[in-house]
Amino acid sequence: MTRANPRRAGWLANGHERVVRPYALTAGRTRPAGGSIDLVALVSAVGSRTGAELAIEDASELGPEHFRLLRFCRSRASVADLAAELDLPLGVVRILLADLRERGLVSIIQPVAAGLKDVGILKEVADALRRL
Amino acid sequence: MPYADSEQTGGRSPVPVAIKILVAGGFGVGKTTLVSAVSEVRPLRTEEEMTEPGSLVDQLDGVERKTTTTVAMDFGRISISDDLVVYLFGTPGQKRFWFMWDELAYGALGAVVMADTRRLADCFPSIDYFERNGMPFVVAVNCFDEARRYPSETMRSALNLTDDVPLLLCDARQRSSSRDVLVALVEHAVARLSSSRHVTPAR
Repeated sequence: MTRANPRRAGWLANGHERVVRPYALTAGRTRPAGGSIDLVALVSAVGSRTGAELAIEDASELGPEHFRLLRFCRSRASVADLAAELDLPLGVVRILLADLRERGLVSIIQPVAAGLKDVGILKEVADALRRL
Repeated sequence: MPYADSEQTGGRSPVPVAIKILVAGGFGVGKTTLVSAVSEVRPLRTEEEMTEPGSLVDQLDGVERKTTTTVAMDFGRISISDDLVVYLFGTPGQKRFWFMWDELAYGALGAVVMADTRRLADCFPSIDYFERNGMPFVVAVNCFDEARRYPSETMRSALNLTDDVPLLLCDARQRSSSRDVLVALVEHAVARLSSSRHVTPAR
Protein backbone atom coordinates (compact mmCIF):
# COMPACT_ATOMS: atom_id res chain seq x y z
CA MET A 1 0.00 0.00 0.00
CA THR A 2 1.19 3.46 -0.69
CA ARG A 3 1.12 6.36 1.65
CA ALA A 4 -1.01 9.43 1.62
CA ASN A 5 0.48 11.74 -1.00
CA PRO A 6 -1.55 10.86 -4.09
CA ARG A 7 0.64 12.90 -6.38
CA ARG A 8 3.62 10.74 -5.62
CA ALA A 9 1.91 7.57 -4.70
CA GLY A 10 2.02 6.04 -8.14
CA TRP A 11 5.74 5.53 -8.05
CA LEU A 12 6.25 4.58 -4.48
CA ALA A 13 5.81 1.35 -2.63
CA ASN A 14 5.58 1.51 1.17
CA GLY A 15 6.23 5.20 0.88
CA HIS A 16 9.93 4.54 0.39
CA GLU A 17 11.58 3.05 -2.60
CA ARG A 18 10.43 3.82 -6.05
CA VAL A 19 9.01 0.87 -7.83
CA VAL A 20 10.71 2.14 -10.94
CA ARG A 21 14.43 2.75 -10.72
CA PRO A 22 15.04 6.43 -11.41
CA TYR A 23 17.05 5.99 -14.56
CA ALA A 24 14.44 3.71 -16.06
CA LEU A 25 12.53 6.94 -16.67
CA THR A 26 15.36 8.07 -18.89
CA ALA A 27 15.72 4.77 -20.73
CA GLY A 28 19.03 4.22 -19.00
CA ARG A 29 20.61 7.44 -20.14
CA THR A 30 22.71 9.18 -17.54
CA ARG A 31 23.65 12.35 -19.39
CA PRO A 32 21.38 15.00 -20.83
CA ALA A 33 21.36 15.53 -24.57
CA GLY A 34 22.77 18.80 -25.83
CA GLY A 35 24.98 19.85 -22.94
CA SER A 36 24.77 20.13 -19.20
CA ILE A 37 22.01 21.96 -17.36
CA ASP A 38 22.86 23.92 -14.25
CA LEU A 39 21.20 23.27 -10.92
CA VAL A 40 19.70 26.75 -10.86
CA ALA A 41 19.05 27.17 -14.58
CA LEU A 42 15.54 28.48 -15.20
CA VAL A 43 13.12 26.49 -17.27
CA SER A 44 9.96 27.75 -18.96
CA ALA A 45 7.55 25.89 -21.15
CA VAL A 46 7.58 27.39 -24.61
CA GLY A 47 4.34 28.91 -25.81
CA SER A 48 1.19 27.23 -24.61
CA ARG A 49 1.99 23.80 -25.90
CA THR A 50 0.77 21.07 -23.66
CA GLY A 51 0.43 17.35 -24.15
CA ALA A 52 -2.67 17.69 -26.27
CA GLU A 53 -0.99 19.87 -28.86
CA LEU A 54 2.22 17.95 -29.24
CA ALA A 55 3.26 16.48 -32.52
CA ILE A 56 2.34 12.83 -32.51
CA GLU A 57 5.92 11.60 -32.74
CA ASP A 58 6.92 13.76 -29.78
CA ALA A 59 3.96 12.67 -27.72
CA SER A 60 4.75 9.02 -28.31
CA GLU A 61 8.38 9.44 -27.30
CA LEU A 62 7.70 11.35 -24.13
CA GLY A 63 6.64 9.76 -20.87
CA PRO A 64 4.35 10.90 -18.10
CA GLU A 65 7.24 12.49 -16.23
CA HIS A 66 7.98 14.68 -19.23
CA PHE A 67 4.43 15.95 -19.14
CA ARG A 68 4.55 16.56 -15.40
CA LEU A 69 7.66 18.61 -15.96
CA LEU A 70 6.01 20.57 -18.74
CA ARG A 71 3.09 21.38 -16.48
CA PHE A 72 5.34 22.57 -13.68
CA CYS A 73 7.38 24.85 -15.85
CA ARG A 74 4.46 26.72 -17.35
CA SER A 75 5.66 29.36 -14.99
CA ARG A 76 9.40 29.69 -14.80
CA ALA A 77 11.07 27.32 -12.37
CA SER A 78 14.63 26.37 -11.56
CA VAL A 79 15.93 22.88 -12.21
CA ALA A 80 16.33 22.36 -8.45
CA ASP A 81 12.74 23.47 -7.88
CA LEU A 82 11.48 21.04 -10.48
CA ALA A 83 13.44 18.14 -9.02
CA ALA A 84 12.18 18.89 -5.53
CA GLU A 85 8.63 19.38 -6.74
CA LEU A 86 8.51 16.18 -8.76
CA ASP A 87 10.54 14.27 -6.19
CA LEU A 88 12.90 12.98 -8.85
CA PRO A 89 16.69 12.89 -8.64
CA LEU A 90 18.37 15.88 -10.21
CA GLY A 91 20.18 13.80 -12.80
CA VAL A 92 16.92 12.35 -14.05
CA VAL A 93 15.25 15.74 -14.24
CA ARG A 94 18.13 17.08 -16.28
CA ILE A 95 17.83 14.33 -18.84
CA LEU A 96 14.09 14.71 -19.15
CA LEU A 97 14.47 18.47 -19.53
CA ALA A 98 17.04 18.00 -22.24
CA ASP A 99 14.51 15.84 -24.10
CA LEU A 100 11.97 18.63 -23.87
CA ARG A 101 14.55 21.18 -24.95
CA GLU A 102 15.46 19.10 -27.99
CA ARG A 103 11.84 19.19 -29.06
CA GLY A 104 11.58 22.91 -28.52
CA LEU A 105 9.08 22.50 -25.71
CA VAL A 106 11.04 24.32 -23.04
CA SER A 107 13.58 27.08 -22.96
CA ILE A 108 16.33 26.86 -20.41
CA ILE A 109 18.26 29.93 -19.43
CA GLN A 110 21.32 30.11 -17.30
CA PRO A 111 20.91 32.79 -14.65
CA VAL A 112 23.83 35.07 -14.08
CA ALA A 113 26.11 33.90 -11.35
CA ALA A 114 28.15 36.97 -12.24
CA GLY A 115 25.98 38.75 -9.70
CA LEU A 116 28.67 37.42 -7.43
CA LYS A 117 31.09 39.97 -8.75
CA ASP A 118 28.58 42.78 -8.62
CA VAL A 119 28.75 44.57 -5.28
CA GLY A 120 25.48 46.37 -6.03
CA ILE A 121 23.56 43.13 -6.38
CA LEU A 122 25.15 41.65 -3.31
CA LYS A 123 24.18 44.68 -1.25
CA GLU A 124 20.65 44.33 -2.52
CA VAL A 125 20.70 40.71 -1.39
CA ALA A 126 22.04 41.63 2.04
CA ASP A 127 19.35 44.29 2.45
CA ALA A 128 16.62 41.90 1.40
CA LEU A 129 17.86 39.25 3.81
CA ARG A 130 17.91 41.74 6.66
CA ARG A 131 14.21 42.30 6.08
CA LEU A 132 13.41 38.61 6.45
CA MET B 1 6.18 25.76 -5.89
CA PRO B 2 7.35 27.04 -9.22
CA TYR B 3 7.96 30.72 -9.59
CA ALA B 4 5.11 33.13 -9.71
CA ASP B 5 4.51 33.98 -13.31
CA SER B 6 6.99 36.61 -14.24
CA GLU B 7 4.96 39.15 -16.06
CA GLN B 8 6.10 40.06 -19.48
CA THR B 9 5.86 43.71 -18.71
CA GLY B 10 7.85 46.37 -20.42
CA GLY B 11 10.63 45.72 -22.85
CA ARG B 12 13.26 45.11 -20.22
CA SER B 13 14.47 41.58 -20.10
CA PRO B 14 16.68 41.44 -17.05
CA VAL B 15 18.68 38.29 -16.95
CA PRO B 16 17.71 36.58 -13.73
CA VAL B 17 20.33 36.42 -11.04
CA ALA B 18 20.67 33.31 -8.95
CA ILE B 19 22.55 33.50 -5.69
CA LYS B 20 23.64 30.08 -4.56
CA ILE B 21 24.58 29.59 -0.93
CA LEU B 22 25.80 26.33 0.54
CA VAL B 23 25.10 25.28 4.09
CA ALA B 24 27.59 22.66 5.15
CA GLY B 25 28.60 20.92 8.32
CA GLY B 26 28.50 17.61 10.09
CA PHE B 27 25.55 15.34 10.61
CA GLY B 28 22.94 16.76 12.99
CA VAL B 29 24.59 20.14 13.30
CA GLY B 30 21.45 22.02 12.30
CA LYS B 31 21.72 22.54 8.55
CA THR B 32 18.10 21.65 7.93
CA THR B 33 17.03 23.80 10.86
CA LEU B 34 18.89 26.81 9.55
CA VAL B 35 17.61 26.46 6.00
CA SER B 36 14.03 25.99 7.18
CA ALA B 37 14.27 28.94 9.55
CA VAL B 38 14.64 31.32 6.62
CA SER B 39 12.87 29.56 3.77
CA GLU B 40 10.52 26.82 2.87
CA VAL B 41 12.68 23.75 2.76
CA ARG B 42 12.28 20.71 0.61
CA PRO B 43 14.39 17.63 0.09
CA LEU B 44 16.28 17.44 -3.14
CA ARG B 45 17.64 14.10 -4.25
CA THR B 46 20.58 13.35 -6.40
CA GLU B 47 21.81 10.03 -7.61
CA GLU B 48 25.53 10.21 -7.38
CA GLU B 49 28.38 8.05 -8.44
CA MET B 50 30.01 6.37 -5.50
CA THR B 51 33.57 7.42 -4.95
CA GLU B 52 36.44 5.49 -3.47
CA PRO B 53 36.27 7.18 -0.08
CA GLY B 54 32.59 6.36 0.04
CA SER B 55 33.22 2.73 -0.65
CA LEU B 56 35.53 2.58 2.36
CA VAL B 57 32.87 3.95 4.64
CA ASP B 58 29.73 2.43 3.28
CA GLN B 59 29.08 -1.23 3.73
CA LEU B 60 29.09 -2.52 0.20
CA ASP B 61 29.25 -6.26 0.77
CA GLY B 62 26.92 -7.94 -1.63
CA VAL B 63 26.24 -4.77 -3.57
CA GLU B 64 29.74 -4.22 -4.91
CA ARG B 65 28.30 -3.38 -8.27
CA LYS B 66 26.22 -0.56 -6.89
CA THR B 67 27.89 2.50 -8.28
CA THR B 68 25.40 5.21 -7.46
CA THR B 69 24.00 6.32 -4.18
CA THR B 70 21.17 8.65 -3.33
CA VAL B 71 22.15 11.79 -1.53
CA ALA B 72 19.50 14.05 -0.11
CA MET B 73 20.06 17.75 0.28
CA ASP B 74 17.97 20.42 1.90
CA PHE B 75 16.84 22.91 -0.63
CA GLY B 76 15.47 26.31 0.23
CA ARG B 77 14.63 29.33 -1.83
CA ILE B 78 14.25 32.98 -0.92
CA SER B 79 12.76 35.05 -3.72
CA ILE B 80 13.90 38.63 -3.42
CA SER B 81 12.28 39.62 -6.68
CA ASP B 82 11.25 37.89 -9.86
CA ASP B 83 14.75 38.18 -11.14
CA LEU B 84 16.78 37.80 -8.00
CA VAL B 85 16.53 34.57 -6.07
CA VAL B 86 18.65 33.11 -3.30
CA TYR B 87 18.98 29.34 -3.31
CA LEU B 88 20.14 27.52 -0.22
CA PHE B 89 21.59 24.04 -0.42
CA GLY B 90 22.18 22.15 2.80
CA THR B 91 24.68 19.45 2.06
CA PRO B 92 26.21 16.64 4.02
CA GLY B 93 29.68 17.65 5.13
CA GLN B 94 31.63 14.43 5.16
CA LYS B 95 34.59 14.30 2.90
CA ARG B 96 33.04 11.52 0.89
CA PHE B 97 30.45 13.95 -0.40
CA TRP B 98 32.96 16.39 -1.78
CA PHE B 99 32.45 15.11 -5.29
CA MET B 100 28.94 16.45 -5.07
CA TRP B 101 30.03 19.80 -3.75
CA ASP B 102 32.00 20.64 -6.83
CA GLU B 103 28.81 21.17 -8.72
CA LEU B 104 27.12 22.98 -5.87
CA ALA B 105 30.12 25.21 -5.39
CA TYR B 106 30.22 26.18 -9.01
CA GLY B 107 29.12 29.78 -9.25
CA ALA B 108 28.15 29.87 -5.57
CA LEU B 109 28.32 33.06 -3.58
CA GLY B 110 29.71 31.29 -0.57
CA ALA B 111 29.05 28.90 2.23
CA VAL B 112 27.92 28.73 5.80
CA VAL B 113 29.84 26.09 7.71
CA MET B 114 27.90 25.05 10.77
CA ALA B 115 29.68 23.83 13.85
CA ASP B 116 28.69 22.19 17.11
CA THR B 117 31.13 22.70 19.96
CA ARG B 118 30.56 19.16 21.14
CA ARG B 119 31.72 17.74 17.84
CA LEU B 120 33.86 20.46 16.44
CA ALA B 121 35.92 18.17 14.25
CA ASP B 122 32.83 17.35 12.16
CA CYS B 123 33.12 20.68 10.41
CA PHE B 124 36.84 20.42 9.59
CA PRO B 125 36.29 18.81 6.18
CA SER B 126 33.88 21.58 5.21
CA ILE B 127 36.34 24.29 6.22
CA ASP B 128 39.12 22.48 4.38
CA TYR B 129 37.01 22.29 1.27
CA PHE B 130 36.08 25.95 1.14
CA GLU B 131 39.56 27.13 2.03
CA ARG B 132 40.97 25.03 -0.76
CA ASN B 133 38.28 26.15 -3.14
CA GLY B 134 38.79 29.84 -2.33
CA MET B 135 35.11 30.40 -1.70
CA PRO B 136 33.98 32.93 0.91
CA PHE B 137 32.57 31.24 3.98
CA VAL B 138 31.52 32.01 7.51
CA VAL B 139 31.45 29.64 10.44
CA ALA B 140 28.20 29.55 12.39
CA VAL B 141 28.44 27.87 15.76
CA ASN B 142 25.02 26.51 16.52
CA CYS B 143 24.48 27.07 20.23
CA PHE B 144 22.68 23.99 21.36
CA ASP B 145 21.09 24.45 24.77
CA GLU B 146 23.10 21.69 26.36
CA ALA B 147 26.40 22.52 24.70
CA ARG B 148 29.16 24.29 26.56
CA ARG B 149 29.97 27.82 25.44
CA TYR B 150 33.50 28.80 24.61
CA PRO B 151 35.00 32.20 23.86
CA SER B 152 35.17 32.99 20.16
CA GLU B 153 38.95 33.12 20.30
CA THR B 154 39.14 29.61 21.65
CA MET B 155 36.91 28.34 18.89
CA ARG B 156 38.78 30.25 16.23
CA SER B 157 42.02 28.73 17.25
CA ALA B 158 40.52 25.27 17.57
CA LEU B 159 39.25 25.64 14.02
CA ASN B 160 42.49 27.24 12.91
CA LEU B 161 40.54 29.98 11.17
CA THR B 162 42.31 32.84 9.49
CA ASP B 163 41.43 36.28 10.83
CA ASP B 164 39.31 37.25 7.88
CA VAL B 165 36.82 34.40 8.26
CA PRO B 166 33.82 35.52 10.33
CA LEU B 167 32.76 33.29 13.18
CA LEU B 168 29.27 33.77 14.58
CA LEU B 169 27.24 32.21 17.31
CA CYS B 170 23.73 31.36 16.25
CA ASP B 171 20.57 29.62 17.24
CA ALA B 172 19.51 27.97 14.01
CA ARG B 173 15.96 27.56 15.28
CA GLN B 174 15.47 31.29 15.26
CA ARG B 175 14.72 32.98 12.03
CA SER B 176 16.47 36.19 13.01
CA SER B 177 19.59 34.35 14.06
CA SER B 178 19.78 32.26 10.89
CA ARG B 179 19.08 35.35 8.85
CA ASP B 180 21.99 37.14 10.52
CA VAL B 181 24.28 34.30 9.52
CA LEU B 182 23.28 34.67 5.87
CA VAL B 183 23.66 38.44 6.03
CA ALA B 184 27.13 38.00 7.53
CA LEU B 185 28.07 35.71 4.66
CA VAL B 186 26.88 38.14 2.01
CA GLU B 187 28.67 41.00 3.75
CA HIS B 188 31.81 38.92 3.97
CA ALA B 189 31.58 38.20 0.25
CA VAL B 190 31.14 41.92 -0.45
CA ALA B 191 34.10 42.80 1.75
CA ARG B 192 36.31 40.30 0.00
CA LEU B 193 35.17 41.55 -3.35
CA SER B 194 35.65 45.21 -2.68
CA SER B 195 38.82 45.09 -0.60
CA SER B 196 41.34 42.81 -2.16
CA ARG B 197 39.69 41.99 -5.45
CA HIS B 198 40.71 38.57 -4.35
CA VAL B 199 38.42 36.89 -6.80
CA THR B 200 39.16 33.23 -7.01
CA PRO B 201 37.17 31.25 -9.50
CA ALA B 202 34.88 28.80 -7.81
CA ARG B 203 36.99 26.02 -9.22
